[in-house]
Amino acid sequence: MDPQRWKQEVLKKYPSKVAKKREKSIMVHEGADNIKPIQANVRTIPGIITQRGCTYAGCKGVVLGPTRDIVNLVHGPIGCSFYAWLTRRNQTLPPTPDSPNYMMYSFSTDMQDSNIVFGGEIKLKQACREAFELFKPKAIGIFSTCPVGLIGDDVHAVAREMKEELGINIFGFSCEGYKGVSQSAGHHIANNALVKHVIGLTDKAVEGKYKINMLGEYNIGGDAFELERILDKCGISLNSSFSGNSTMEQFERAHMADLNVVMCHRSINYVAEMMEKKYGIPWFKVNFIGAEASAKSLRKIADYFGDQDLKNRVEEVIAEELAIVKKSIDEIKPRTDGKMAMLFVGGSRAHHYQELFNELGMSTLSAGYEFGHRDDYEGRRVIPTITIDADSRNIEELTVEADPMKFKPRKTEEELKALEALDFNGYDGMLAEMAKGTLIIDDLSHYEMEKLIEIYHPDVFCAGIKEKYCVQKMGIPLKQLHSYDYGGPYAGFEGAVNFYKDIDMIVNTSIWKMIKAPWEAEPVIEAEYAA
Amino acid sequence: MLLRHTTDKIIDREALTINPAKTCQPIGAMYAALGIHGCLPHSHGSQGCCSYHRTALTRHYKEPVMASTSSFTEGSSVFGGQANLLQAVETIFAVYNPDIIAVHTTCLSETIGDDVNQIAQKARDDGKVPAGKYLIHCNTPSYVGSHVTGYANMVTSMVKHFSARSATRKNQVNLITGWVEPSDMREIKRLATEMGVKIVMFPDTSDVLDTPMTGKHEFYPKGGVTIPELISTGDSKSTIGLGPFCTEDAAVLLDNKCKVKFDMLELPIGLKATDNFITSLSRAAGVQVPESITAERGRLIDMVTDMHKYLYGKRVALYGDPDTLVPLTEFLVTLDMKPVYIVSGTPGKKFEASLTKVLSKKVPEAKFKNGERADMYLLHQWIKNEPVDLIIGNSYGKYISRDEDIPLVRVGFPITDRVGHSYFPIVGYNGAMNLVTKMLNMILDKEDRVCPEEKVELTM
Ligand code: SF4
Ligand code: SF4
Repeated sequence: MDPQRWKQEVLKKYPSKVAKKREKSIMVHEGADNIKPIQANVRTIPGIITQRGCTYAGCKGVVLGPTRDIVNLVHGPIGCSFYAWLTRRNQTLPPTPDSPNYMMYSFSTDMQDSNIVFGGEIKLKQACREAFELFKPKAIGIFSTCPVGLIGDDVHAVAREMKEELGINIFGFSCEGYKGVSQSAGHHIANNALVKHVIGLTDKAVEGKYKINMLGEYNIGGDAFELERILDKCGISLNSSFSGNSTMEQFERAHMADLNVVMCHRSINYVAEMMEKKYGIPWFKVNFIGAEASAKSLRKIADYFGDQDLKNRVEEVIAEELAIVKKSIDEIKPRTDGKMAMLFVGGSRAHHYQELFNELGMSTLSAGYEFGHRDDYEGRRVIPTITIDADSRNIEELTVEADPMKFKPRKTEEELKALEALDFNGYDGMLAEMAKGTLIIDDLSHYEMEKLIEIYHPDVFCAGIKEKYCVQKMGIPLKQLHSYDYGGPYAGFEGAVNFYKDIDMIVNTSIWKMIKAPWEAEPVIEAEYAA
Repeated sequence: MLLRHTTDKIIDREALTINPAKTCQPIGAMYAALGIHGCLPHSHGSQGCCSYHRTALTRHYKEPVMASTSSFTEGSSVFGGQANLLQAVETIFAVYNPDIIAVHTTCLSETIGDDVNQIAQKARDDGKVPAGKYLIHCNTPSYVGSHVTGYANMVTSMVKHFSARSATRKNQVNLITGWVEPSDMREIKRLATEMGVKIVMFPDTSDVLDTPMTGKHEFYPKGGVTIPELISTGDSKSTIGLGPFCTEDAAVLLDNKCKVKFDMLELPIGLKATDNFITSLSRAAGVQVPESITAERGRLIDMVTDMHKYLYGKRVALYGDPDTLVPLTEFLVTLDMKPVYIVSGTPGKKFEASLTKVLSKKVPEAKFKNGERADMYLLHQWIKNEPVDLIIGNSYGKYISRDEDIPLVRVGFPITDRVGHSYFPIVGYNGAMNLVTKMLNMILDKEDRVCPEEKVELTM
């Protein structure tokens, strides 16, 4: 079916007011040289079954969740802490059996109705004291859930008071679920707090000649471990990771790096921007999803440092790794070539994972983000033209200035100019790499998803757990790109090979072909009997 | 060690919950509502709660879990959620076309004081609910009770909205099921059929959350109690409530509203609780217990007598929901096991009273606690002080299990890392055999793994 017609058919089902709003979030792509604006980062219409979660999920779950040595104390009724307990697959590897690791724990003030009526600050303070007594952490983060802001609890004041009393770093997040329109607002709030309360606290950088920070990498399924392996092999030092397999110390020394590289633009671009202004660290976008993309990203980093030794080393590593990748591709591609994928997930993955599908010879017919903004689709150049609506205005925009003591330009203006090809502060977005005629849908609804599958029968559909079994009931395998279906790593070179194998496995699973019972598949027999 | 910071030093916590043995109300309401045929549960609050609840249920059942949300933003939190809910109702009937929408609240809509009753009435008055369709609701503030409370509230609201008394009584018995798996609901129905008793069971999530793969996604699967059935509960001869935490409110309301007497039982988990259920059902319906059921019971007893020595005296730690824990503990006592530590985050005095009755004679050393801060951290600390042989609870126990090398039998919610719970029941005599098998497998597997080589036995 022609995608324009698909769109019209789908919109017909909605009440007219709803159709008018959805109309702008569904777009038939006109090609990389003719990128049209798409509506994104706007409210989900009440009653629509959405993939999205909330601000708290983006703040606590995504950005701070993967850091092992902070006690993440959730201030609110029990549910919010319960659902964010070990549910995001951020792996972590403490260096010794005694190193602090609180990631297996869920901490909550478990607010009761009396706390809602009389306020929860006293309980929150006491909870901080008890967490300190039992765990002696070096930091506590306090996360506000929906009721907290409404009843007027001031988590920031509590944090300040407890920081003083207990002598450890304590800071709060006003990440109530209703702020903003999706997880995205929570990313921003988390980014702000890290800049305000953590980054810059210690000047002791990681050892090494080429020090970088990896931003927007969350170590799902061990992705960060694979990137650590590759960087290490190249002789590049990881000064800090935001935030896969990270520690508080890494955040505290983040300002000592020579370069920030950004994986998931959506969730962490704010930190990159602020660190550039405050400390003079340049940033550019990388992508370690896909073998070719990983090679390209490594070359970018080597070019930034400009050192011939490093460039040589990086080329050696790439050659060595790609040889293994190629062997895998040669074996698997004949079985995946020509198949079709659809990707609806997150704020960067729906873009990044197209790389891996391309390597398998699979095309992407339709894609969209769950909580991306226009710049994630159309590229950062459109940022000045994005209208700030009431929901975005709620999220604090920190104004940072150059730190009088710690600002240090890493490169001169001329040097940066000479390196222009690295595209500092740039991100071209998803659309620049998608084919003309593809269907781009922001904040995909359940109804739209069913219609996509019904009409286009993709060979694999990529989304999350809530979509997984609906899609599979329709006889189409769903690959989870949040949790990787408990596989991975998928980043880097070894990750690419893992992904090829997993896609090969799911698009060629035998059982899918056996859904019909023999007597359902062969009505002929029945007919014969009847006759 | 995964839980490397947990020590045996127990302090008296007043504010901090660590590793909870409960979650919040709305997820229970959502689960219960899925047990109505053609129902779309709706979460009135911001979309994160709904997303979390759907996710948790999906991970447990590995099935589609459909529910919608009012998608509150900051504006709705200030001005109230009426506009959101009205728009949601309109959109849902147009796009997803359920027979019924079952609305539950969240702590957000509760804190701002939305009057869902009034909003629902307005939706009906404004003609947003098409003819022959229904909109029901219940309040589920998450700062009261637990997920169990939410389940109870939704079940009670089914009675409130539907149960009606007509001129003629029906020769049927109501079974109100507590929070159990679809497999358990199916098993309870099978037992009733085996006994020849006509029942109306609600909620009923069998054929909703255990559906076959057909190549088609049935948005409203064939299972679930129907609305005519719910209405007819007011005409039934009597009611049996299975699990007081989840069903007592509903049973009482049904009695008050339609004068249908009820018998309040524990969930039929284990020998005695199943005996009670079968006896009560046979009395309520006035039927004899068929031989086939007596034989099922006999097979269970036979299995236990065969393998008793491996169960005898084994110390067990349990966590989960009161309605499951009470009969399960009783069953362990029947097996001469020692349920020594029991926690549930769900508050309620009944829990202590019931467990005291079950444990005081046979396991006087048992420790149990429920409500605030009755959490898995405390349970783990107890275990650190004096270990157990077996742990029974949801998937979160795997961290304690691995650290302490104590086998874990998965029972409860959520079970996210194994399958089977939605297909193989733990209720009834067959369910009890399933439980005994699981426990034995765990205990004997460990024995085979750790015992000295010369002690490995072929026959056990
Ligand atoms: S905000 Fe309330 S209802 Fe929502 S997940 Fe948290 S505890 Fe549950
Ligand atoms: S795009 Fe994906 S990984 Fe990034 S924040 Fe996003 S969900 Fe997470």
